[in-house]
Amino acid sequence: MKVTLFATCIVDLFQGNVGKATVELLEKLGCEIEFPESQVCCGQPAYNSGYVKESKDAMKRMIDTFIDAEYVVSPSGSCITMFHEYPHIFKGDPVWESKAKTLAEKSFELTQFIVDILKVEDVGAHFEGSVTYHTSCHMTRLLGVKEAPMILLKNVRGLKFTELPGKEQCCGFGGTFSVKMAQISEQMVDEKVRHVEETGAEYLIGADAACLMNIGGRIERKGMPIKVLHIAEVLNSRG
Amino acid sequence: MAMKISTDQFKERVDKGIHDGFMRGAVASAQDGMGKKRHIAADELGNWEDWRSHGEEIRQHVLENLDYYLEQLSENVAKRGGHVFFAQTKEEANQYIKSIVHKKNAKKIVKAKSMVTEEISLNAVLEQEGCEVIETDLGEYILQVDDHEPPSHIVVPALHKNKEQIRDVFTEKLGYTKSSKPEELAWHAREMLRKEYLTADIGITGCNFAIAETGSISLVTNEGNADLVTALPKTLITVMGMERLVPTFEEMEVLVSLLTRSAVGQKLTSYITVLTGPRQELDVDGPEEFHLVIVDNGRSKILGSEFQSVLQCIRCAACINVCPVYRHVGGHSYGSIYSGPIGAVLSPLLGGYEEYKELPYASTLCGACTEVCPVKIPLHNLLHKHREVIVEREGKAPISEKLAMKAFGLGAASPTLYKLGSKFAPVAMNPFTVGDKISKGPGPLKAWTDIREFPAPNKERFRDWFKNREKGDK
Repeated sequence: MKVTLFATCIVDLFQGNVGKATVELLEKLGCEIEFPESQVCCGQPAYNSGYVKESKDAMKRMIDTFIDAEYVVSPSGSCITMFHEYPHIFKGDPVWESKAKTLAEKSFELTQFIVDILKVEDVGAHFEGSVTYHTSCHMTRLLGVKEAPMILLKNVRGLKFTELPGKEQCCGFGGTFSVKMAQISEQMVDEKVRHVEETGAEYLIGADAACLMNIGGRIERKGMPIKVLHIAEVLNSRG
Repeated sequence: MAMKISTDQFKERVDKGIHDGFMRGAVASAQDGMGKKRHIAADELGNWEDWRSHGEEIRQHVLENLDYYLEQLSENVAKRGGHVFFAQTKEEANQYIKSIVHKKNAKKIVKAKSMVTEEISLNAVLEQEGCEVIETDLGEYILQVDDHEPPSHIVVPALHKNKEQIRDVFTEKLGYTKSSKPEELAWHAREMLRKEYLTADIGITGCNFAIAETGSISLVTNEGNADLVTALPKTLITVMGMERLVPTFEEMEVLVSLLTRSAVGQKLTSYITVLTGPRQELDVDGPEEFHLVIVDNGRSKILGSEFQSVLQCIRCAACINVCPVYRHVGGHSYGSIYSGPIGAVLSPLLGGYEEYKELPYASTLCGACTEVCPVKIPLHNLLHKHREVIVEREGKAPISEKLAMKAFGLGAASPTLYKLGSKFAPVAMNPFTVGDKISKGPGPLKAWTDIREFPAPNKERFRDWFKNREKGDK
């Protein structure tokens, strides 16, 4: 199966490991990976801050980049949610609305793609350690992907899972919110970190690099021993 | 009380909220408790999503036909001998109510809980006229006794107070001598209030839903105070927001079910009071005179706009009870009697962007509010819509942000610029990088690194790794 990878700008610049794990994992599952060089950012930072005009050019660029793909897959629930927003954003646009729809229909978050399209529930991973999982808001609420990561994690050998208390609560990232409303964001991420600590897990796993950058950055600042990993890294692990 | 509840700036209000440990403890435990109860009450129905869709449909239908139903309502109220007054502004509403007070030479007024009367500052107006105004909802009563403290929640106005604080207020202001047991506190309030109902000249209520077909108003309470306010005083005035009505009792039943389950996780509240006009010939109680004041106060401007769906709101506060921002800053931080996500959408519309421009940004757009709204208001989308209006129509965004976003637009839309910029990112960030992280970031990054570490850009971008790997394969 041909998969066109939408790496996201965070992964491209800061979290290369997540991109590598995604590529290797999908290849193990028999996919052929393509990475179009013209991909940039999905436009979310500007769009969510209210700069709709400024973000539309980036969106058009992304639509053109991925429009001919068979499947677009990304290791980020939030960025894929953005692709799914495009048809609403371009509503009424004679050219771009239908193109946006075409793109949205074939765009999937990584775990969603593995479970729903590849129909794989056990990726053959082996990961020794106790983990807890952060459910990202955009991925669960807006994209509606709740079960897929749980199904895949459940089948990882060696992995001990503890549910995160208050898992439905936002970690306080929220894009520019994290710097614009830094004081509130700090309280939110602190409560999240406290909950992670309560589980006693060695690892915090998530499916969105941005949330992990936020929670992980706070964990690191506090000097806590908890390690943060993207779900692609866990699923790509072979013990 | 007016809609605006503080002269402090947004940042100062948030700062106060965050440093109020008592309030935060009370809010967190209330959110956890009510959140769980709401979940159970919603699941109990079995097909909650269908109920939500039905609720949404009813509210949208009413808003699309608001003129028709308002006319039907007012005709039916008049038929039963009631008086209807349409107030375009809060001043008009207050003026009308004042005129009744003068006519009746009223000195004492008992009130059931009403957010719209807070919105129009009715209590202050009446007190200026020399009236004694007594709130009879327990939460509102506590706040009134505590030097007119503003509500921090639209359903549970004294949510931010714990029982010990309430005991202290009662001790100081009412000479209360008993414990902080909720039963004892409530009993004391009950004793104080009972005699007020009997001696009040006028009763004032809000309105959960007016029923157009019959000209009735309905009130949902757990304390029965609305029963007494509507039954005992000779004159009754009901004040309602112009959108708070339904066609018939059938729709009222659906919305009340959604309201009580969403608000406090109850199948039904202890009391649902329905009043249809003044006392009729064979009635044993009820007011001799009934006035319905229908308040616009900016609502018709929202009607027909991109924000129309906010008028679907049935004031259940489910969105407030799940909001992670409200959880940490509390209701007073919003600076408006309407707090939480619904307040962040509604306050700028009713009170203007100048006063409430920060509120739409006090959200991570996590969507928790939208998910629980029983009438499907896309709250997080409306918050986003506000941001768009603030940036693009109002031009109220800071210049530095505008420039940054302009640069973003250019960079993100041009692969060449993006590639160039991202290639040099590690070099640009080098002076701030220690090991693989940035602990003291420049510019806007500082707000991030004041709280958390920021990763240094990878020396090899993912795209370069991928390209090299492809080459290696070949």
